[in-house]
Amino acid sequence: MVDVTHGGPISGGTASGAAPAFEVGEPDLYHPRSWVTKYVFSQDAKVIAIQYGLTAMAIGLVALVLSWLMRMQLAFPGLLPFIDADHYYQFITMHGMIMVVYLLTALFLGGFGNYLIPLMLGARDMMFPYLNMLSYWIYLAAVLLLVAGFFVPGGPTGAGWTLYPPQAILANTPGQSWGIVVMLASLMLFIIGFTMGGLNYVVTVLQGRTRGLTLMRMPLTIWGIFTATVMALLAFPALFVGAVMMLFDRLLGTSFFMPAIVVTGEQAPYGGGSPILFQHLFWFFGHPEVYIVALPAFGIVSDLISTHARKNIFGYRMMVWAIVGIGALSFVVWAHHMYVSGMNPGFGFFFATTTLIIAIPTALKVYNWVLTLWRGDIHFTVPMLFALGFIVTFINGGLTGLFLGNVVVDVPLSDTMFVVAHFHMVMGVAPILVIFGAIYHWYPKITGRMLDTTLGKIHFWMTFLGAYLIFFPMHYLGLLGVPRRYFEMGETAFVPASAATLNVFITITALVVGATQMLFLFNLAWSLRHGREAGGNPWRATTLEWQTPETPPAHGNWGAERPVVYRWAYDYSVPGAPQDFLPQNDPGPDLASSGETVAEGVR
Amino acid sequence: MTESSLDPAAAPPAQARPGSGWRRFAADWASDQTSFKGVSWGKAMMWVFLLSDTFVFGCFLVAYMTARMSTTVPWPNPSEVFALEIGGTEVPLILIAIMTFVLISSSGTMALAVHYGYLRDRRKAGRLMLATALFGACFVGMQAFEWTKLIREGVRPWTNPWGAPQFGSSFFMITGFHGTHVTIGVIFLLVLARKVLRGDYETGRRGFFTSRRGRYEAIEIMGLYWHFVDLVWVFIFAFFYLW
Ligand code: HEM
Ligand SMILES: [Cu+2]
Repeated sequence: MVDVTHGGPISGGTASGAAPAFEVGEPDLYHPRSWVTKYVFSQDAKVIAIQYGLTAMAIGLVALVLSWLMRMQLAFPGLLPFIDADHYYQFITMHGMIMVVYLLTALFLGGFGNYLIPLMLGARDMMFPYLNMLSYWIYLAAVLLLVAGFFVPGGPTGAGWTLYPPQAILANTPGQSWGIVVMLASLMLFIIGFTMGGLNYVVTVLQGRTRGLTLMRMPLTIWGIFTATVMALLAFPALFVGAVMMLFDRLLGTSFFMPAIVVTGEQAPYGGGSPILFQHLFWFFGHPEVYIVALPAFGIVSDLISTHARKNIFGYRMMVWAIVGIGALSFVVWAHHMYVSGMNPGFGFFFATTTLIIAIPTALKVYNWVLTLWRGDIHFTVPMLFALGFIVTFINGGLTGLFLGNVVVDVPLSDTMFVVAHFHMVMGVAPILVIFGAIYHWYPKITGRMLDTTLGKIHFWMTFLGAYLIFFPMHYLGLLGVPRRYFEMGETAFVPASAATLNVFITITALVVGATQMLFLFNLAWSLRHGREAGGNPWRATTLEWQTPETPPAHGNWGAERPVVYRWAYDYSVPGAPQDFLPQNDPGPDLASSGETVAEGVR
Repeated sequence: MTESSLDPAAAPPAQARPGSGWRRFAADWASDQTSFKGVSWGKAMMWVFLLSDTFVFGCFLVAYMTARMSTTVPWPNPSEVFALEIGGTEVPLILIAIMTFVLISSSGTMALAVHYGYLRDRRKAGRLMLATALFGACFVGMQAFEWTKLIREGVRPWTNPWGAPQFGSSFFMITGFHGTHVTIGVIFLLVLARKVLRGDYETGRRGFFTSRRGRYEAIEIMGLYWHFVDLVWVFIFAFFYLW
């Protein structure tokens, strides 16, 4: 008897000698009966993924517009009269927070996680579809609350995306009355919503794989998303606690983070708290957060490269261990963001060392990508271009990261444009390139049609080159000493007048690059109707999501029977095989003769 | 049923992996389908959630300890603050001791409820869950009493008559957060007890929200949460009241 309820273990053993049956029965899927339960309050991970994706992109557009406004101010101070210092800080804060949390985290985990985990694992859906649905709606509420910040009295908070107290809640900081409250509440909602989704992703990967899909046969995309989700479940609590405590400081007048302080000649009603405590809580979340957006990108890029170079990924096992190792290490490096906050030199030494150690698994991944490309049959498809763009950009940002990881180098560079250049390269541009590549890659599966290639190539070159033109000069500005988070520079002795020219150049490029993204949005909308029919497996890829009986995959994904996996995800150009790829659920040409090797040895 | 059309011969051969206990442990982990053999999804989810929640409570406690260690003003003495006057003498920590006792007892009734659940004795299981909920409610009630007493004596989140203002802040925040956990637990216990007593898990009635059928295992999953909340209390008790 199969237990079809909550997927408990099936009672009764397997026939002796035969292959094991499904350990877990079919999930009790919810079947939508109306348009509303099918497309709005849907419990299907694929629909939830699209909802997450569209919401994240919409709020990302807001952040893009904010970056234009900031760039306008930096290049042409005073040209847009409504941007005063307060507004500038509000724009910076909202831009940073939206980009990192509400766009990248939500899109990688809520978007790609929801879409790819069940499909790549041969599952019918996430394990807890109802919770999954709640996750999206709470995320949406968090986004709406965040946007509400623009409309409350005093506007959104201008404390910087790091929200450091004491200034975040003191008078004279923009958005001190409402904005900061709305921001903290929105973050708490986001975390609650994310946790609901995250439990789904983790449990589905651990307990919901199909027959034959061992952990070491999972595509690296899944490894990346899985590890990132585990990290998020352990890192977000610190932000949650920090947000609760700061809300209390702001609303109840507690002094968790507030020292005794004099504001405009008056003693503020606070005392005895520690602002550094907040910094620790924030960065205990903040640094893992960098890898929460980087690890899914690592995973996806590995799969894109392998597929479009028609070659197996180099060093799969090492890639897996590198992902897991980076995930673990990134919990012991957080204070490299606090070198200038003042700390015991011993701690500085410790955190610099751990930071540099992370470079080892990271470099290993880069080498493996390059070795995968080596002598590959490289197809310069749009997803491949974006994947290559990612590798270059990531190396770049990674190298400046090595600079900043050292205390003595970081102290003079901290809070300059050099830091802005560094983190935009490594966690701004690089993951965004992967997101684009991934959308070009999986759009055919999601909609059944290809995105337009010409538009895609224009989009790639404009974005890739543009990003370098924008952020490369910022390294130089930073070395000159141009500070970060400055509304305007005014007259200074150390910054030459030519820096202003450079700023104009950066701004114009930023406007153009931003406008190019409209091309991408147009492509998304246009190809939905007019794109070339994609068929089930346009890239001739091996992973399970391309082997669904229908494209786009139907409710329940697999028709009558879930697939059975015989091999790892990277059997491209296998000698002797009839095609240059063997799907994971393909028993293989010569199963009869060498059954054991195919199942276990080849992987 | 759903198994119907699988051809066993087409599936990959079972991987026989000899070796020591550790090797087998690793092999189980890495094998196909499930990493934790025989563990249902619901139970796995609860464990992962509790791990995450551990980090929440951990951060709260670490933050409180930082505040307590770095304050320049003396920290109020918990044995005096949390004393009750009984028959003219001050008995230190008496209320907390009773609260702790009640909560730990509730873990006992919870464990029995799980036991009878698996025996499919729904009367006993349901009643024991109601008893657990009652203990939980008592705990929250006593906490409310304690809060009232302290507030009467002038303790506020931002100040208190005896020393560092962080005392009141941490106290209300941490016990409040824990109390919320207990309250949520009580609510779920009541809902679940109703389902058990009504026999939902025998008749296969579908859940109101999830529209899935439940199983008696739900009691055990509930129990995991309840024991966790109980365990957290022990740490709060040690670090806040006994320190
Ligand atoms: C169109 C591309 C982008 C442009 C032109 C841009 C521009 C800017 C500018 C001008 C600043 C303020 C620098 C300062 O004065 O200190 C900034 C800050 C920031 N940006 Fe971007 N950005 C872009 C994309 C992104 C992306 C994709 C991310 C995602 C990680 C991101 C994350 C941040 C963060 C975290 C800050 C710091 C905010 C703070 O200091 O509180 N940006 N960006
Ligand atoms: Cu960091």
